Parts: sequence; structure tokens; C-alpha cells
Amino acid sequence: MFEGQARIGVDVGGTFTDAVLEVGDRRFTSKVLTTPRDPEQGCMQCIEEMLRHAGLGPDAVGVIVHGTTLATNSIIERKGATTSLLTTEGFRDTLQMGTEGRPDQYDINVTQPEPLVPRRRRITVEERLNSRGEVLVPLTTGKLDAVLPILDAAGTESLAIAFLHSYANPVHERLAREHLSRCRPDWSVSLSCEVSPEFREFERFSTTCANAYVRPLMERYLTAFAAQLRQRGFVCPLLLMLSSGGLTTVEIAKAFPVRLVESGPAGGAIFAQGIAAAHGIEKAVSFDMGGTTAKICLIDDTRAQTSRRFEVARVYRFRRDSGLPLRIPVIEMVEIGAGGGSIAGIDALGRIAVGPQSAGSDPGPACYGRGGRRATVTDANLVMGRIDPEGFAGGRMALTTRDAQDALMADVGQPMSVSLETAAFGVTEIVCENMATAVRVHAIESGKNVDDRTLIAFGGAAPLHACQLARKLGIRRIIVPRHAGVGSAVGFLRAPISYEVVRTFHQRVDAFEAEAVNTVIRDMEDEAKGYVRMAAGPAALSIRRQAYMRYQGQGHEIAVDVPNGRFDASAGAGLQALFDEEYRAVFGRDIGTVAAAEVVAWRVTAGTAPFPDPFSGPFSGPARADASRGAAPAPISRPVLDPAFESPVACAVHDRETLESGFSVSGPAILAEDETSTVVDVRFEAAVLPGGDVELRQRAP
Amino acid sequence: MTERDEIRNQMVWSRLISAIEEQAQTVIRTAFSQSVRECGDLSAGVFNRRGQMVAQAVTGTPGHVNSMAICIGHFLEAFPIDTMRPGDVFVTNDPWLSVGHYHDVTVVTPAFYRGRAVGLLANTCHIVDMGGRGFGPDARQCYEEGINIPIMHLARGGVVNEDLMGLLRTNVRNATDMEGDFYAMMACNDEGARRLVAMLEEFDLDDIETIGDYIIGRSRDAIRTAIRALPDGRFRHATELDGFDEPIRICAELTVDGDAVHVDYTGSSPASPFGINLVHNFSLAYTAFGVNCIVGPDVPCNAGSLEPITVSAPPGSILNALRPRPVSARHVIGQMLPDVVFGCLAQVVPERVPAEGAGAMWNPMIRGGATAVEPDIAAGAAVLSRDYDVILFNSGGSGGRPAMDGLSTTAFPSGVRTPPVEAVETSFPLLVWRKEYREGSGGPGRCRGGLGQRLEIGGEDGAPFSVAAMFDRTWRAPEGRFGGHEGAPGQVRLKSGRRLKSKGRQSVPYNDRLVLELPGGGGYGDPRQRDPARVAADVADGLISREDAREVYGVVLVADGSVDQDATRSLRAESKRL
Repeated sequence: MFEGQARIGVDVGGTFTDAVLEVGDRRFTSKVLTTPRDPEQGCMQCIEEMLRHAGLGPDAVGVIVHGTTLATNSIIERKGATTSLLTTEGFRDTLQMGTEGRPDQYDINVTQPEPLVPRRRRITVEERLNSRGEVLVPLTTGKLDAVLPILDAAGTESLAIAFLHSYANPVHERLAREHLSRCRPDWSVSLSCEVSPEFREFERFSTTCANAYVRPLMERYLTAFAAQLRQRGFVCPLLLMLSSGGLTTVEIAKAFPVRLVESGPAGGAIFAQGIAAAHGIEKAVSFDMGGTTAKICLIDDTRAQTSRRFEVARVYRFRRDSGLPLRIPVIEMVEIGAGGGSIAGIDALGRIAVGPQSAGSDPGPACYGRGGRRATVTDANLVMGRIDPEGFAGGRMALTTRDAQDALMADVGQPMSVSLETAAFGVTEIVCENMATAVRVHAIESGKNVDDRTLIAFGGAAPLHACQLARKLGIRRIIVPRHAGVGSAVGFLRAPISYEVVRTFHQRVDAFEAEAVNTVIRDMEDEAKGYVRMAAGPAALSIRRQAYMRYQGQGHEIAVDVPNGRFDASAGAGLQALFDEEYRAVFGRDIGTVAAAEVVAWRVTAGTAPFPDPFSGPFSGPARADASRGAAPAPISRPVLDPAFESPVACAVHDRETLESGFSVSGPAILAEDETSTVVDVRFEAAVLPGGDVELRQRAP
Repeated sequence: MTERDEIRNQMVWSRLISAIEEQAQTVIRTAFSQSVRECGDLSAGVFNRRGQMVAQAVTGTPGHVNSMAICIGHFLEAFPIDTMRPGDVFVTNDPWLSVGHYHDVTVVTPAFYRGRAVGLLANTCHIVDMGGRGFGPDARQCYEEGINIPIMHLARGGVVNEDLMGLLRTNVRNATDMEGDFYAMMACNDEGARRLVAMLEEFDLDDIETIGDYIIGRSRDAIRTAIRALPDGRFRHATELDGFDEPIRICAELTVDGDAVHVDYTGSSPASPFGINLVHNFSLAYTAFGVNCIVGPDVPCNAGSLEPITVSAPPGSILNALRPRPVSARHVIGQMLPDVVFGCLAQVVPERVPAEGAGAMWNPMIRGGATAVEPDIAAGAAVLSRDYDVILFNSGGSGGRPAMDGLSTTAFPSGVRTPPVEAVETSFPLLVWRKEYREGSGGPGRCRGGLGQRLEIGGEDGAPFSVAAMFDRTWRAPEGRFGGHEGAPGQVRLKSGRRLKSKGRQSVPYNDRLVLELPGGGGYGDPRQRDPARVAADVADGLISREDAREVYGVVLVADGSVDQDATRSLRAESKRL
């Protein structure tokens, strides 16, 4: 698809709008401040600037891929529609009661997230299904008529309808929509059986309400953006990046905007996935570290790990169960409060603590000289000599080392009675330790190892810490790709057009109803393919089926890839074997001899192939050690504190832009570029690969 | 110690907590009991060679963690550390040696490095059924409450103790789940041991003795410093609870003496004839938790943070019951102890202490099938279900806090979550017809108490079932503090009307339903000082009535629900004059 035509990716983030244009073997990038009122203005500015540089007109563009944090921000800032929830009698407060747990065991003053729909707009109606989808208490139009005035009085703009067990039978939710839409045609209506047809009512209700809450806003925005593009002469399709890492059409994005919430970070993971594919890396961990957060994702066989659960708008930013749960297909990522702006200090026990609070960009780290007084990770890196105070952000912003030193001594050095160097080193060690912990816990949750992976480091702060983090994880190889600063937007251009449908349909493998399953799966495949066809036309599609399985009696499911094709009478035994094998891989032993397995939910993904990276060349064995081919300008030298030494040592600083493929150097060294610097610790060697990506390898001890 | 050593010690500390967190995740993901997998009723910790707890998983429930910390000493007495061999796994559920009732099983695994045991990994999980009468307060002796596993090998040299497993399988109601949970607990410790050894390798340590001393010392110092900041003195508080069939009195005297806190429970009721008694371990666990919440909530839980807090209770009292007293439902009393401690600490640091809450969770242990109910009820039922046992975890309201309302339907002090209704109904022939806020149940106050909830549970097709009631605060409500009013007391009844007892197994006949109304938290501060706008919001949300807004909060609302400022001012002024 889109061969020979220009392809554009635009990522609207909280601070910046990033864009990239690829045509043939040329790539153009653009970055402007986000225009929060009319985000499409910033997008148009980027797009037109890149087209000018490329000397192309709108008609040369084959596709525009778009991702945005708009939906997420409207949830965090509570700027969505006036939303009401219609739910089953007896369950008015499910949305707010949640799990009934506390996100912190010891904190008396712990707080919980406010639900998107307050109690006054949660309205119940008498109806009831059981877990098999059988009607116990019928819903009637008369009962719906009775709640209409209450919904009117609540000022409803958008309506979420979420009934108990609707995943098993959508009949009541559909009846409610049909009747209420007829009575109130201007309401936007979201059904839980369509938004998230899975069991566990709190998560399904929460997801449906979030969808309803952002839907009117997203409909307006996407309509306006599409209209702008048409008006400016673009005839190409506009596709939206989904949290799952796939692409979809504007129409589907308008119906299920909750699926867009993590599109930016998903773009970053897809970017790393493309790098992994280009270099033939089977097992990778994507490490995206910016000013406020670090995001980490495991990539196996060039496929980023996926999940069905995500939390948005956490009260305690990085603490599980403190946000609103969304049950949607997402690229599974851990996000932790570790970035260049993360604030460092000493806790009640005299330990260094870093983050999750961030100095952000305003006032920013102490060294920015904009009034920030608190020590940050960037200040520590500056003191260690890893950042050039003159060369930061391409030299556009001079950093004041003195302020960084003062802040570090005041916040860390003096309270701990250690030297400035130890304080700076300690801060970077702790922030890396925090990230390493997050990676390890994340990996164990999926039964995966970390130390056999390649780290793919991008984002402004990742290349500074990649070696230090890799050592903590036992990782021996790192790739620092080109164009790491606009990684998400580049990732948009690698994403396949795809759509996932997940549905709860319980099946015990020892009483497997093959025909019923075949019907459900066929419906799901038709639905997924239909959505993909809308954007992909007749392109070849692949189908991936997964079953979420557990032993009967267990509470958590694991995803098992299952073969395509019709299930027959023997399918149950086959599923049990597949599950036992997967369970062994994750947990070390299976218990198939004492327990039969069951399928809780099914997942079908239909999609095109991902778009390959046209730039990064294939990886061709270990980097050559001869530096002769890389006749770069002689490096300058400055003292840098390497984690292996207690005081700074002379370190060669190379300009990355001038380095050619085949160049290699042993640490300690720094490869500086406009947006970041790659720190090569003393235990590592760096080499520039064909295509310009940098590879770091840990030397044998 | 060099500067770099200090940084390294901090790194190792962080790594240990991470290892233990991974250990807990493993058991959550592999366990069979709904209590563990959906609700997080478990704990995990790592111990040094001397049996001191160095780190614990933050997912744990306080009753488990702090008791587990003590129980490791008993394991080491029975099996000295240097007699342990790789592949050995040890187990017990003896209430007096471990966590206070048979359902909480503790599994301990030594970790080996460079040919030597370098530490112990332990976890405790609530197993739904351990035989006997099943979870509930009806027994008169502990022997009726389940099967006791004295401290013994669960595996020897990597081979599971089949004699023990065989014995257990024939003594419990759901052998598959029980066995699955035991395997999950072993896997969990194995994972913790792997992480521990990897950490020792990376930092080139022989064991965790030195680093353990550093961690424990730092934590102990932090708690002692926090206690030193409190005024010395003796502070008394007493409370009454429902008890089984007669009220129970809990009397506490909390002494702050320099850098130590001691809580003595002399004067509390003698042991109950029924299974609501606490072993000393468990009393200590919830008492120390209550103190730590107020004094040092930021200090990680380990042997050091527990050391400065000591507890005594007269032997034979309900808080230090002796064998063979029954202990199964000890949480109904134990989970009230933080509120008792708070009653003492409110005299020391009033600005930090919330009002009383629902306290103990309301966990109906439901049993279905022909043998679950009285013979006449079974005979009179048109439908009988298959045999099943299920426990549903539910929380009432927590107390109003100095600057914030209490949390509605949120567990405190336990950290256990409620299972999704759809998950329960998928696995068991039950229907939860109602699970929502209990309007008006939050105790009025400047900061309102959290709301309790109302549950309505029936058998599928009306099938009868029985419930082991272990609920409290139905007779005496959670108290308010500093002018706050009490929350609503709980209630247990049948849908058809008859009130049920708050303790003990009782039947729910064919086509009837069990109705549970959980207590709301007490209020904090005078309700007439509550921001009128927040009172109006509570009325709009149906959390309090218009009448209560006027009568209790002194807030007058106009027809559209907004505050009538003038009328409110004069009403509040008038009430002040009276």
C-alpha cells in the first residue's frame, strides 16, 4: 500500500507535536509546540512545513497517520462530556466502589480516583441476565421510558449503557440504545457490549464510561481535522493510531475513542519494534525515557507485548490500582516516574529518592537557570560531565553547572554527608535502579527473562542512562537508533492497519462446544476484518487468534496463541496441551494432571503486515573494530564520571552526526547529538551501524 | 563504610524489595483460591539467616505480614538453618505458631548460594478450605476448625511430601484448589530465591546478614525517631464489640516511653467459647500495624520497624487465647484493633487520627448443596444446588479523617479487594442481586464517614444455602471523633424480613435472599462545620437525605438543590446558641 507515495506521521503530545514524512529513502521531521485549543492547527503547521522542505504537494501524500493524547488529557483534566450511566438495578455504585482496596496500605490519608460519572448521573433500571446470558428479569421499553426524565434532568450529553453480564448477551443493552436513541437522537450512546465485551463489571463499566466521556469531543476534533485536510487538498486516507499499536479509520476512532488513549507511547513501542525487525533482534526491551517518565516495553520476535488492561488518570501517578481501569487492547508498557526532570532528594530514612515528581520544563532542572532550585536527574548528569553545558538542545540553551552543583549538594550531598560526585552518581544510580526494578517486575509478570535482551534506547534521556541500566539488568547489547527524538511519529509509519476484537465466551476444554466457538470466532473475525478493510482495502490480511486461558478455578488468564481454522471435537484436548505448554513457559511447571483448563475470552486480531523501516540496514554480525573507515573529526575531550570509577576520567566526545557507518570506539566515550548524548561507559564499546543506528556492546569482563 | 558502600547498600535494599514484590506477583498469578488471586489475601517476605524479616511485599495484608515475621523463628527452632538442604520447603498452619487460624498457610523456602543457606523466603496465603467445619466462628475447640499441619517438610530435596499432600487431599472440600495453591506458594518462594541469589551475585555478597542489619537498623532508627517526637505518657481507650452472643470488651493502655511504644490489653474480655479468639501473634500484628499507620507510615515494614512496638495481653484473654480455644474467625476482632489503638493515639496526636470505621471486613462464607442447610430447609426446597464453598470479601465505610471524608466501601485495615460479581456468578451458582452504597450510612461530621454497602445474595433458581456469619459492629456503631457522629451500625437479615445473628452459620431458605448492610464510618469534627456546598453535593448524590442536611448538618437547600446561604447561616447560628 501507498508505494512510491509520501507517508506522514503526526503525534500530538502534551507539550510537542512531532511529525515525520518519509518518501522513498528521504525522511523529514518537524516539531512545534502543541496548540491545545485546536490541535489540528499544530498538525497542519508540521505537515505543510515538511511538504515544503520535501518540495511536495498534498497530492503526493499517500497516507497520514495520526496519534493524539487529546482523549487522555480530557480524562485527566476532566474536560469531557456530561456523561450519564444507565446500569442494572443494584449496581449503581459499581463504577465508584471499584475493587474496594486501597492503593497504599499504611497511608491514612490515601485518596481514590473520582469516577467520570458522579452518582447523581448514575441511573439504574430493573433488568438482569445471568452469567450464561439468560434473561432473569426482562427489560421493557416501559422501564426505559420511566428513566428518560431522570436522564434528561441529569443534563445528559453522552450516555454509557452498561448492564451486568452483557458480554454474554447484548440483548438488553441493544434494546436500551434502540429505544433511547429514538427518543433522544442527539445523545451519543456507548454500549459496554461493544466497547469492551469482557466479564468483570467494574472494568467494563469504567471503560464504557470513559468512551462515552471522550466521545463527543473526539468526534468534533476528528471531524474538524479531516475537514481541514480535505480543504487543503489532501485526498489521502487519514488513519488513527490505536493503543494496541494498530491503525484504524476516522469512523472507528470516533465510535471507540477510548482505544486511542495510549497512541503516542504505542507509537514509541512500534518504533522500537521496527528497529528490532530491521536488526533482526528476537528479544528486545524498548526503553523510552523523556523529561518526566520512562516507558518500558518487552518485544519478542519483533512483536511488542500486548495487554487488555490499562489505567488512566492515576491519583498516585505510578501506583497500580490508583487510576481508572480501561479494558482495551494496549501495547503493554510500564510507565514510571523517571525522567531527566525527576526531582531528587533524601527520604525519611536517609535514602536517596528520585521522582516521581518532576520539575518538568518549567521551571525545569536547577541547571536550566529558570528558577528551579530542586536537584534533578539532568543536574546529576551535568555534574557527572555527561552533558555539555554549552551543547544542550543543540546549543540553543546554555546550562549553568554552578546551579546544578548547589542544588545537588543542598538536596543530596549535605544531608547524606557525601561529596558532590557521589551525590550525582547516587542520583543516577537510584533512577536507573528504579527503572531496572520496573523492568524486572514487569518481566516476571509475563514469565520472561530480561538479561538475554537487547535494549533499544530512545527519547531525550534514555541514551544517557542506557549503559547504566543495561548493567543492572544484565543486558549486554544496546541499540540507540537515529531520529530517536521523534520516535513515536516514526513508529506511526511502521504500524500495520489492524483491529482487535476481544470477547468473553467461557469454555471448559473438557466440555468444549466446538460449533458454538466456531460461530463466535467467525463473528469476531468478520467484525475485525470489516474494520481493517475500511482502511486497507483489498490488501492481504493476516489473522491471529488467541485464547485467554487459565486452569479452572484460577483467577488470572494468560494469552495462548491458537491455530486458525475450524475447531472440531478434538479441539479441547489441543487447547489444554497448548495451555499447559504456555503455562510451563511462564511459571516453570504446569498442573494439567490435576486441573483442566478453561478459556475465559477470545481475541482475534486482523491486520496487514507492518511497514518495514526503509533506513536501518540489516545487522551484519559484530561491529568491526577498525575505526579507520570512520574518518570523523578528532573528538574533543572532557572529564566524565564513569560508574566504575570514583572520580572523573578523561573521556572522548564525538559528534554523532559526523560519524559514519563502521566507526567504533571503546568507552569511556560520549556520542553527542542535538537532542541527547549517548554515554558509552568504560565497560562498553560503541559502533555505528549501516543506516546510522548506534550499537553498544558490553565487553567481556 | 565508604560513600560508595552507602550508595550500594541503598541499591541492595531497593533490589530486595523488588525481589519480594516479584515473589508476591507470582503467587497472585498462579494461585487457585479466589481469596488470593482476585483479592490479594496474601503476604510475602524475605528473612535473614537469623529469621529476621528484612523486606516484605507491599501487597500483603497486615495480619499476615506481622505474624509471619514472628513465625519464622518457630521454623528455625524446628529446623536450624544449617540443617536445611536445597530443594527443602517447610510448611505450617498451626494458629499459635503462625497466623492465627488454619486457613492461613505459611510456606518457607531456604535460598542457597555458594553452598550455604543465605536466607529464607516465606509467604502466607489464605486457603479457602482446610477441612473441619470450614471458615466460620461456630466451633468450640480448634480441633473442629480444620486440619493442623505442624511445622514440617512440604518438599524434601525438591520432592513434594506426598504423605502430607495425600492426608490433606482427603481432609478438605476442594482438593484441587488446595493443591494448586500449595504449588503456587512453592513457586512463589522459588522465584524469590532466584532473585535473591541473582542479587547476591551482582553485588558480590555472601549473604544478607550485613545488609539486613543495615536495613533493619535504618528502619528501627526511623521508627524510634518518630516515637521520640511523641509526648511520653499512658493513654487508655476501651471499646465494645458484638461478640458471638454477648458483647466483648477490648481495653487498651498505650504507653509512649521515650523511643518505644507498648500496648497492654489487660482488662479485655476472656476468651470467647466460639471461634473469634486471637492468638498473641495476631493481636501483635494488627496492633503494630495501627501504631505504624499513625507513627511511621513511610517506614518499610521489617524486623526493625516492628521492634520498637511491643504488645501484651493476659494469657487466656480473647487477645491471647490458648489452645484448644477456637480461632477461625479471629479477624472480626483483630481488624478492630487499629481502631482501638487509634482511640489511644487520638489523645496523643489528634490531628493525625481518623474516626472509627467499619473495621473488620464483612466476608460471608457461603456454602451450598444438600448438606449445607438444615434438613428441613433442604427438604422444603424445590431446587438444591451442587456443593460449593465461596467467600465474598466486602468492606464497609472507613472513618472520617482530619482533613478528608472517610472512604466509602474501602477495606481498612485489611488490604483485601472484593471479587467482581460477574466472576463470582460465573464460578458459583449464586446471584448477587445488589451491591451498592448504603445511603445515609456515613457518620455525619465536618469530614463525613465513608458509606457502607448493601448486599443482597440469593441462590441460583432460589436454591437455599447457608452463611457463616462473622460480622461485627451491628450492635455498637463506629464512633465519631471530635464532635463527629457515629456511622450506621451493620445489619444482617433475610430479604423476607427476619433478622439474623451477626455470628455463626445460619440458613437462607429456598427463594429467600441474604441481605447484608455494612456499617458506615464515624464522622470527624462537628457536622455543622462542614462546607455547605459539600453537604449539597452529598444530597444531590443521594449519599445523605435533605432532612439530615437540615437537621444534622444545619444546611438548608432550596428547591434546585443549591444551598440557601442565609437560611443556613441563621440555622447554624441558632444551633450554636442552643
